[in-house]
Amino acid sequence: MLPLNAIITQITEETPLVRTFFFDHRFEDMEPGQFVMVWIRGVDEIPMGLSRNNSITVQKVGEATSKLFELKEGDSFGLRGPFGKGFTLPVRGEKVLVIAGGVGAAPLSPYAEAAFAAGAEVHTILGARSAEDLLFEGRFEALGKIYISTDDGSKGVKGFVTDVLKNLDVAAYDRIAVCGPEIMMASVFRLFEELQVLEKAEFSLHRYFKCGIGICGACCIDKSGLRVCKDGPVFSGVQLIGSELGNYSRDASGRRVKI
Amino acid sequence: MYTLTGLELKNPTILAAGVLGTTGASLCRVAREGGAGAVVTKSIGPAPKTGHINPSMVRLDCGFLNAMGLPNPSYPGFLQELEFAKNNSAVPVIASIFGGTPSEFAEVAEGLLPANPDAFELNVSCPHAEGYGAAVGSNPCLVEAVTAAVKDVVNVPVWVKLTPNVADIKSIGTAAESGGADAVVAINTLKGMAIDIESGYPVLGNRSGGLSGKAVKPVAIKCVYDLYTALEIPVIGVGGVSSWEDAAEMLMAGAAAVQIGSAVYDRVDIFSEIGTGIEAFLTRKGYSDIKKIIGLAHEMI
Ligand SMILES: Cc1cc2nc3c(=O)[nH]c(=O)nc-3n(C[C@H](O)[C@H](O)[C@H](O)COP(=O)(O)OP(=O)(O)OC[C@H]3O[C@@H](n4cnc5c(N)ncnc54)[C@H](O)[C@@H]3O)c2cc1C
Ligand SMILES: Cc1cc2nc3c(=O)[nH]c(=O)nc-3n(C[C@H](O)[C@H](O)[C@H](O)COP(=O)(O)O)c2cc1C
Ligand code: FES
Repeated sequence: MLPLNAIITQITEETPLVRTFFFDHRFEDMEPGQFVMVWIRGVDEIPMGLSRNNSITVQKVGEATSKLFELKEGDSFGLRGPFGKGFTLPVRGEKVLVIAGGVGAAPLSPYAEAAFAAGAEVHTILGARSAEDLLFEGRFEALGKIYISTDDGSKGVKGFVTDVLKNLDVAAYDRIAVCGPEIMMASVFRLFEELQVLEKAEFSLHRYFKCGIGICGACCIDKSGLRVCKDGPVFSGVQLIGSELGNYSRDASGRRVKI
Repeated sequence: MYTLTGLELKNPTILAAGVLGTTGASLCRVAREGGAGAVVTKSIGPAPKTGHINPSMVRLDCGFLNAMGLPNPSYPGFLQELEFAKNNSAVPVIASIFGGTPSEFAEVAEGLLPANPDAFELNVSCPHAEGYGAAVGSNPCLVEAVTAAVKDVVNVPVWVKLTPNVADIKSIGTAAESGGADAVVAINTLKGMAIDIESGYPVLGNRSGGLSGKAVKPVAIKCVYDLYTALEIPVIGVGGVSSWEDAAEMLMAGAAAVQIGSAVYDRVDIFSEIGTGIEAFLTRKGYSDIKKIIGLAHEMI
């Protein structure tokens, strides 16, 4: 499909570096964890998780996201999607642990809300650099228990989400959904591997996307050769055993880059 | 088993260049899970290239448009991927290469030799990379020189992949044959473009690109048909194949084997599906051998 023309209806300042862009189209059938390709015309097209069925939540990191931050309500960008495979929804009565680091909270907040709506008990570990960087704290708080960690200790536990996780009874949860910086996901992965709970954990990965639709092969991970854009971005912990997660990724040319 | 330029294939379906071919593990997945008879890598060149900016590929109603811009890590950067594919795929692995001159082609081929590719496919046909691809492939003298230069430095089969964006594809095929090619591959993508009418922007980051998928099949069939008449060496058909019926049609036009690219969008195991479909078709029609249908359309006058 050609990109649809999405008109920005509202822009919300979430943290100093993160904004939510609401648009005039609803992806009614979206699975939480799926992404869209956002075309900032004349600049680039980049993958973004859906933070609601009508919004993306963006951290300003480089050229395309900076250009996006210059747009105003009424301006537009192109959108293709939703693409990929999202998180598995729980059933009524299950206990879900959501582990969100930084902007990783973007795809996880609609997941937590859908899990809650499905009748699950939802607990969240939300981590960020400092108190002002915590993303969607209110959205998670409205669903159930929330644990907070900040690198500088300005709110919650001083340290990483893993420091909170170490003191939780992971065995009590039926499903665990994880998204955040790769270093964080890799340490969560290692902990779960030790605890032997990988089969109930899911991780949302980031890789360089070109086509975004599963043809070009730019986003494939070792050793499985699975495509992050189509077979993921959400993978079960079991699928990631022995994978490149936390070790290296590939840049736009396909060269390996150390994480 | 089925022999193509000396390579043993378990079925006549081959993964096309540039599709799921960036990493060794991905090539293995297409071979093992997907059931491909052989796999071709992403086109590899002399220096690292990041390719064009996104959007680099979009799906249209009739097919796909792409302008990847030959992203690749260069031959030194690709060696470990090729080695992995060779050691783990259990099928022939063909290295697709590109360059701007005969000596660049030879340099890349020699550089990849340590990983022992089973054959080389020369990309003289990409429609959207300045100075490379079709810029080389629309000049018969250059195609012959490039082919000869690679033949000089390798002792595995050399296939030459042709562009349909020329007035007479037969003259280019003949040039490849004169240069010593063991087979030609036809076709690469057709020049194409899409425009976003809401903004007026061309959709692809590179503005224009190449059309693949269903839309190009009739063009590919005609190119294969013409090349089959003009050449002694095998013609490998590619363009718009997404079912065993498409593959059978390509074989009847004269293709000795069929490559599949865009159709991996539907499912990665399209190769085993097509391989099995062709087998069943041969049995149903009472053909003793796949060779009975290769070029069949030429006999029906
Ligand atoms: C499935 C998925 C979901 C994502 N969801 C979100 C989200 O909800 N919110 C958010 O803020 N960010 C998200 N990202 C990350 C986001 O795509 C990048 O931060 C963005 O592309 C940066 O673009 P840039 O031009 O501003 O930065 P650049 O300066 O171009 O690059 C900075 C870094 O961004 C990454 N990047 C750039 N282009 C791409 C690309 N085409 N594909 C993948 N990564 C790229 C690379 O790691 C690069 O090193 C997601 C990424 C993926 C793969
Ligand atoms: C995303 C994409 C990347 C491609 N990259 C290359 C390439 O690197 N080298 C090459 O020779 N052909 C490349 N091609 C062309 C294909 O190998 C094939 O010739 C063409 O897509 C037609 O086949 P199809 O309709 O089955 O996709 C690419 C095609 C696509 C869709
Ligand atoms: S980005 Fe092209 S296959 Fe994933």
